[in-house]
Amino acid sequence: MGKVDGPLLICLKGDHQRRQPIFCAEMSSQVVPARATMIPSLTPREQGAATEMAYSATLMGQRHVFADLRALLACASPRRSGDELAGLAATSDEQRVAARLALADLPLTVFLNEALVPYETDEVTRLILDSHDRRAFAPVAHLTVGGLRDWLLSYAADEAALIALAPGLTPEIVAAVSKLMRNQDLITVAAKCRVITRFRTTMGLAGRLGSRLQPNHPTDDPTGIAGSILDGLLCGVGDAVIGINPASDNLASYITLVELIDALRCRFNIPTQSCVLAHVTTALDAMARDAPVDLVFQSIAGTEAANASFGIGLSLLDEAHQAALALKRGTVGDNCLYFETGQGSALSADAHHGVDQQTVEVRAYAVARRFQPFLVNTVVGFIGPEYLYDAKQIIRAGLEDHLCAKLLGVPMGVDVCYTNHAEADQDDMDSLMVLLAAAGVNFIMGVPGADDVMLNYQSTSYHDILTLRHLFQRQPAPEFEQWLRWMGMLDEQGRLPPQSGDSTAALRLLAPAGAP
Amino acid sequence: MSGDRPTDPRRDPWSRFRAATPARIALGRVGDGLPTAPMLEFQAAHARARDTVHGTVDYDRLAERLAPHAVLRVHSQAADRATYLRRPDLGRRLDPQSAGALVPGDWDLVFVIADGLSALAVNHHAADLVLAALARLPGWRVGPVVLAEQARVALGDEIGGLLGARLVAVLVGERPGLSVADSLGVYLTWGPRIGCKDAERNCISNIHAAGLGIEPAAGKLVWLATEASVRRLTGVALKEDAPTAIGPQEPPAVISPSSRGPQGGS
Repeated sequence: MGKVDGPLLICLKGDHQRRQPIFCAEMSSQVVPARATMIPSLTPREQGAATEMAYSATLMGQRHVFADLRALLACASPRRSGDELAGLAATSDEQRVAARLALADLPLTVFLNEALVPYETDEVTRLILDSHDRRAFAPVAHLTVGGLRDWLLSYAADEAALIALAPGLTPEIVAAVSKLMRNQDLITVAAKCRVITRFRTTMGLAGRLGSRLQPNHPTDDPTGIAGSILDGLLCGVGDAVIGINPASDNLASYITLVELIDALRCRFNIPTQSCVLAHVTTALDAMARDAPVDLVFQSIAGTEAANASFGIGLSLLDEAHQAALALKRGTVGDNCLYFETGQGSALSADAHHGVDQQTVEVRAYAVARRFQPFLVNTVVGFIGPEYLYDAKQIIRAGLEDHLCAKLLGVPMGVDVCYTNHAEADQDDMDSLMVLLAAAGVNFIMGVPGADDVMLNYQSTSYHDILTLRHLFQRQPAPEFEQWLRWMGMLDEQGRLPPQSGDSTAALRLLAPAGAP
Repeated sequence: MSGDRPTDPRRDPWSRFRAATPARIALGRVGDGLPTAPMLEFQAAHARARDTVHGTVDYDRLAERLAPHAVLRVHSQAADRATYLRRPDLGRRLDPQSAGALVPGDWDLVFVIADGLSALAVNHHAADLVLAALARLPGWRVGPVVLAEQARVALGDEIGGLLGARLVAVLVGERPGLSVADSLGVYLTWGPRIGCKDAERNCISNIHAAGLGIEPAAGKLVWLATEASVRRLTGVALKEDAPTAIGPQEPPAVISPSSRGPQGGS
């Protein structure tokens, strides 16, 4: 099969004729090299308009052609409603596998030479390509996407090798290889990655599972929030952060809430950090007024236009990062940002540039990586069924997001969650949280009873965190574990049993403020 | 915190916190798990929320309640609930038959009642809210109330445009949570036409028995409608000037609420 010329349909209609089964020997794929790879002297900028190359593969006697790299990646993605909504998804299961065949044979270097979102108009693309570490990339530079999958699964790809490789990987490479992975692969490779960050606690260490205590309240009532925090602390939750999504995003309530958490933290001498998940500009204002800001939060996305819809850009994040660093509030390290992401955000802002939702999501991790955040999490099931329709899609996306971030060196946690209009329930969250614990997720959410009464969705509970810790023999961050011991909350086996109302910890934490 | 909840509220250290939050705090533990009672309570709340997402609005009953005010029935391009949930774009456009049936008039205001994500919210509150608002709008030329199936907020843009309405108020069932499954929202848009931006709307949300009541909601709606007519606009500009007595509305923006991404209900 030769080079394909001329404009081509992105997604050819599948041939639904039933054919005799044909086995691997008769499958073949042919990749038409991107022009860029044939002219290696061109910079990405020069290649901007020169990348309309087609890819094709033949599967069981039928030839499938994909108009360009974006179409190839989109069609290779596991089925999900967001790509269907965007008109990017494969139109048949066979076409999907054909795309994977073509993708498997694609040299990794193609992704360094062909920008999915134009370099000239997108600062995230410029960040990705300009900061790419070719020396770190060298060990895998000769591989195809399929070859990278095989290598990642091999024993040679151990923790040290993966840490060394991370700066050499781009989001597009990582997204591509994840599309060739089964869920099992997403878990086993992620379990070999380690991304460690530090502020007042150390996150991401082997044998640890962190948790964000999420004590949201529909009207930000301080007593109500305090009740949720104390309940969480008595379940040993909150080593990653005590983080509140405020009901209203304004400076006064930001300061009230951040002071509330800080007062509790200081009163009980808790080694953790606080965060109010308001817009980054609100945090900047609060820091200017000397509020006790630990972690600065922002939602981020994978294109400049999607970030603009969030009211941010790289320079604003830079400013916030510098301001938070200057406070020097960390005791064991200075990772001081907290980012949230989630598949579908770029499409919902009409800022996806024809890129499938998983690939564009991974580009957000390049944004995160630049700022050495303390925490990042994908809010995987929050966005709704038009992006991830059911539990199968949510579970797959959660595992993809976690692995892709870890491969890039981003300290990923996951909000294992769903909304009431998605086809999912708490049983599905049980499955995903167990899979993520096996994959070595940095942290998950602790929401009282798994029911977020402010954001109106369901996540994981304090009980879920204890279940995972004890099932997988994981402890929270070492600093926080030590605090739990000091509070007398751990038994001789290191477990955290139910704390009765007259236990030392309960008496101490639940005493009214001002009591001895 | 223990599996046995103290029965004497004076001795329950959690009572003051429970009074201050609807959050499911201090549920007790059996090992690491939830005791049976709170586990089943959660399942019941989720079942109610699921049933309301997939429930149907009693449009005949709505028409009866609104009589003698005229009503029109329309349907979006989303043929069924499964399509509605996957394809928000189709829920924002009228099917051709419905579009063909709408004729322009000279209306100051048109109400659209959209099922959205909570049939329960519409069944419980929509007629009451329209009637309460109508009672406060003497002299206004109010068009027929449009009852819209498989409808999202932006369907009101096309409806209002076809009816020649200067202002459209879309009452829509909000995405149910576990604590409240029948919350209604209202989105007010000046100069409705296909392609209106969310920033051009004003929103009153959280209308239900334990939230904003029908009378105060009708008061807010009429205040906003009156201001919109005077200033010939809705959206961010109108919101900024709203007196604090009315209370700031959460903007129906992409980032909603606060930091999290879109919730898909609009």
